[in-house]
Amino acid sequence: MTENPGIAPPIIHARGLTKRFGSFTAVDGIDFDVAPGEAFGFLGPNGAGKTSTMRMIGTVSPVTSGKLTVFGLDPAEDGARIRGRLGVVPQADTLDNELSVLENLLIYGRYFDLSWAESRRRAVELLDFVQLTERSADKVEPLSGGMKRRLVIARSLINEPSLLLLDEPTTGLDPQARHLLWDRLYRLKQRGVTLCLTTHYMDEAEQLCDRLVVMDQARIVAEGSPRQLIDRYVTREVLELRFRRDADETDDSAHLDGRLEGLAERIEQLPDRVLVYTADGEAAAAAAYERGLRPASVLVRRATLEDVFLSLTGRSLVE
Amino acid sequence: MAVVGVRLARPVAIASRRSFRVLEHDLLVFRRGWSSYVLSGLTQPFLYLVAMGIGLGLYVNRNGSLPGGVPYLDYIAPALLVTQAMMAAAFESAWPIMGKIAWDKTYHAALNTPVGALDLLAGDLMWIALQATLLSALFLAVIVVLGAAASPLVVFAVPLAVLTAIAFAAPIMAFTATQTGDGAFNALFRFGITPLFLFSGTFFPIEKLPVLMQPLAWITPLYHGVAAARSLALGQVDPVGLTVHVAALLAVTAAGVAAGRVTFRRRLVV
Repeated sequence: MTENPGIAPPIIHARGLTKRFGSFTAVDGIDFDVAPGEAFGFLGPNGAGKTSTMRMIGTVSPVTSGKLTVFGLDPAEDGARIRGRLGVVPQADTLDNELSVLENLLIYGRYFDLSWAESRRRAVELLDFVQLTERSADKVEPLSGGMKRRLVIARSLINEPSLLLLDEPTTGLDPQARHLLWDRLYRLKQRGVTLCLTTHYMDEAEQLCDRLVVMDQARIVAEGSPRQLIDRYVTREVLELRFRRDADETDDSAHLDGRLEGLAERIEQLPDRVLVYTADGEAAAAAAYERGLRPASVLVRRATLEDVFLSLTGRSLVE
Repeated sequence: MAVVGVRLARPVAIASRRSFRVLEHDLLVFRRGWSSYVLSGLTQPFLYLVAMGIGLGLYVNRNGSLPGGVPYLDYIAPALLVTQAMMAAAFESAWPIMGKIAWDKTYHAALNTPVGALDLLAGDLMWIALQATLLSALFLAVIVVLGAAASPLVVFAVPLAVLTAIAFAAPIMAFTATQTGDGAFNALFRFGITPLFLFSGTFFPIEKLPVLMQPLAWITPLYHGVAAARSLALGQVDPVGLTVHVAALLAVTAAGVAAGRVTFRRRLVV
């Protein structure tokens, strides 16, 4: 199942990786490898086990059972050495509100045993990289959400890590802030930094990830490149139909009345719309009209990872 | 005997190179507010010593009821020095540590670097000790200016205050790491710290306490800090008593650190 691009030994290697909290299993025996230079993603809904997996890779959460190596090292034995070479962008910003923007980076550099001078040199450079130079003397609190995230990314780069772990890097950001962040991550990838990220946004996974695994209920349910997953689990196009509903109708079955039968490979009824999976969306839409369907709106789009997730789990990614 | 010594020392010997980075963090934060800190560090002792030592002391001295006819100002000055270091340390090991664990989560940021949970414990304990040193040195300066020092040995009240401060800070930090919010801190101060402040021999000899309460005073670390600092400040040194007091403070500190090692790991490494 695991394809290993190239021949370099994996930077992260997991077999049967498991995390339990008491009787609750957060991560249930997952296998994956991340190759150097790759952008690898964990896609899944909240509670799928993504963050627990990231915390184990980051050596801040002990592995319950199974095998995990990072840079070929064992987190239980060499946690501090691994962390010395890692950059971590946690889900919560964890910035120090009592320090200025620049000081947040300075002290972080010290945690990695950089000299003050070297820490300052890198901090100034990184603030430029994330476009926060003008804010360097400001306190953290008044920064916008997007700026805080960029600052956390700058902070995670102070030790010049070869592997960057990002846990939901753009959750809660507006589209403009997300695109700026993606651009910076893309540049890091071009410099050869290995990216390992979690997200519940399919567009983020498509934009950033060379390869990803879909997680659901503590397990990996699919693995591949975004394109491969779409090809494997869904059709090329999706026809979305929305119907005007009367107050007593709970779904669109009254409108459909079986009239989509045989029209598509698969039909998915969501609370607010009907998804018709087909190679040719326009043709399917025309056929639906011929069969007497009168939807309030019709949309033909390319299939996305959201559809993959829906097809794999029967549930939508972002509820 | 040596083996026991090593066992006792091991949990205390936790200051790694990285714990000094944590201390640097605290100093960086402190750099912003040091002037007001120093100002209040001078004002507080001045107000306390004038009100209690000189004002109240007027009536106490008239009775001549203190052992050896010691002026009340001289009697309470070293005790207040130790007490305020203890109060500050108790505060610093409660709310600010809770903030780093649960509110700002800055501990979690540090844990993503080579810094570990025990470095955080050691670093912040050192910082609290350093603050106690600074506060006590300022207090000492006020004592000297007000002429409240009977003996030059009063300078040793500073290290004793620092030792008392960490004897409180270590167990309270350990306790903080078990809490999810600051609800218990108010109770801790109301029923723990404040009564200690009043009844540990700070303002009157514990011999004046009801007989049943005296053993309670002996087991509180504040009593030992106060008694040791006072004996030095008054130039009434009793080597055996001093050793017992210091040993009691060290024992409480060691127990607190050992507990902190457990609770910090349990809280921060999950």
